[in-house]
Amino acid sequence: MNDMRVIERDVDVTETKISARGVQVYYADNHAIKDVNVDIEDKTVTAFIGPSGCGKSTFLRCLNRMNDTIDICRVEGEIRLDGEDIYDPAVDPVQLRAKVGMVFQKPNPFPKSIYDNIAYGPRIHGLARNRAELDEIVERSLRRGAIWDEVKDRLDAPGTSLSGGQQQRLCIARAVATEPEVLLMDEPCSALDPIATSQVEELIDELRANYSVVIVTHSMQQAARVSQKTAFFHLGNLVEYGETGKIFTKPEDSRTESYITGRIG
Amino acid sequence: MQDDRRHIASAFDRDLEAIQALIMKMGGLVEASITEAAKALATRDEELAEEVRLNDKAIDELEERVNEEAARVIALRAPTAVDLRVILSVMKMSSALERIGDLSKNMAKRTGVLVQMPQINGSTTALKRMAREVEAMLKDALDAYIQRDAELAQDVIDRDGDVDQMYNALFREFLTFMMEDPRNITACMHLHFIAKNIERMGDHVTAIAEQVIFLRSGEVPGDRVKHDLITPDAGPEGSGGD
Repeated sequence: MNDMRVIERDVDVTETKISARGVQVYYADNHAIKDVNVDIEDKTVTAFIGPSGCGKSTFLRCLNRMNDTIDICRVEGEIRLDGEDIYDPAVDPVQLRAKVGMVFQKPNPFPKSIYDNIAYGPRIHGLARNRAELDEIVERSLRRGAIWDEVKDRLDAPGTSLSGGQQQRLCIARAVATEPEVLLMDEPCSALDPIATSQVEELIDELRANYSVVIVTHSMQQAARVSQKTAFFHLGNLVEYGETGKIFTKPEDSRTESYITGRIG
Repeated sequence: MQDDRRHIASAFDRDLEAIQALIMKMGGLVEASITEAAKALATRDEELAEEVRLNDKAIDELEERVNEEAARVIALRAPTAVDLRVILSVMKMSSALERIGDLSKNMAKRTGVLVQMPQINGSTTALKRMAREVEAMLKDALDAYIQRDAELAQDVIDRDGDVDQMYNALFREFLTFMMEDPRNITACMHLHFIAKNIERMGDHVTAIAEQVIFLRSGEVPGDRVKHDLITPDAGPEGSGGD
């Protein structure tokens, strides 16, 4: 099925950005992810959908080793970013997370000024040599976060003074400030109103020109609207992965069909 | 009449059932319309023909209601996968049924003219048989829809070839009558249009049966070979052999 949006934005590439093979995740004795194999494409929005507890967020967090912070969590298998194993002992997770940025469900700006929220990452990663360069990064990031016009006159105001939707776009701007290659989003719109949701969705579509975006969402309509590829997780298994238009019109697996049509599976 | 798996939101099931009930009601009216139009023609019953013409209004109204309900379900429930196919199929089916109703109404209208003329021997029996076949096909297509029976639907599609053959035979018969006696031309032209109407009904029934296959598989079956005589780029006799 041709996806018109791919043509529209003219970023029709199918290069694999992240490749996962035989990924298993255990929380102590709980087998949370069961042998997941998936190739996530570059310059594409990939949506992970599935009922609560199906493992979609867990798998998302494997992609930038956020699960490292959970003691009882054990990850097996292989995840490669541009062909390099991200679980190799030589890989610095902090550097990895600069390349694989993350946006969370609840907007979580630092208790700092809008400017410093953005400047924090570039500062610790040494991306700017002087104040002028840092200013430039802050402006560019806020523009990419589609929030520059709303905050340019009050960069010193605390990030927490913004509305929920603005805070979330600030967090997205913060995530892109370190020039990541992949952006992971865990329910980025669940705390936002429909207008702010539309703004974030438009932003996601724009970000696709430069990044590989992976979004976990409970809203199937959102997955249908923003993604080109959709992966359906159920009970820790990756049940079906394919072109979004096909998943929503002609899914192959009856479990996928039951879930997307709102039937008891 | 629904799939064995129910929606978590039971109101969604009720919406889908309601819209399919409307289609079935429409189908029932259209079946009756074909039967009665054919009967009016065979028995030269002007009153019954008039009734068929008046009853078409109810079919048109149902089509409108089906479309309104379908639009409502799309707006409120954002159907996907098989649910989406149900909505898309009822919209196509309602439009096919409405067309069949119109053709039946046209048949009744011509009957009103024909009863004023001397009868052409034997022809109305063949037309009645042809109408009965189309009506049986419609009944099976609707049954196939309710039972989600793709095999029965395919059978209906295959039977349309018979209707096309009947039309071809009648076409030649009317041609002969007209050549024999030019005074038959007006009546035979009307009878020919009636035959063509019934042949077109068969095509619309085929379209309905195709929706059953679409509902099951997500694929619309490919173009079938047409067996009727008249094709746009050739004379009536020119394409008779295909």
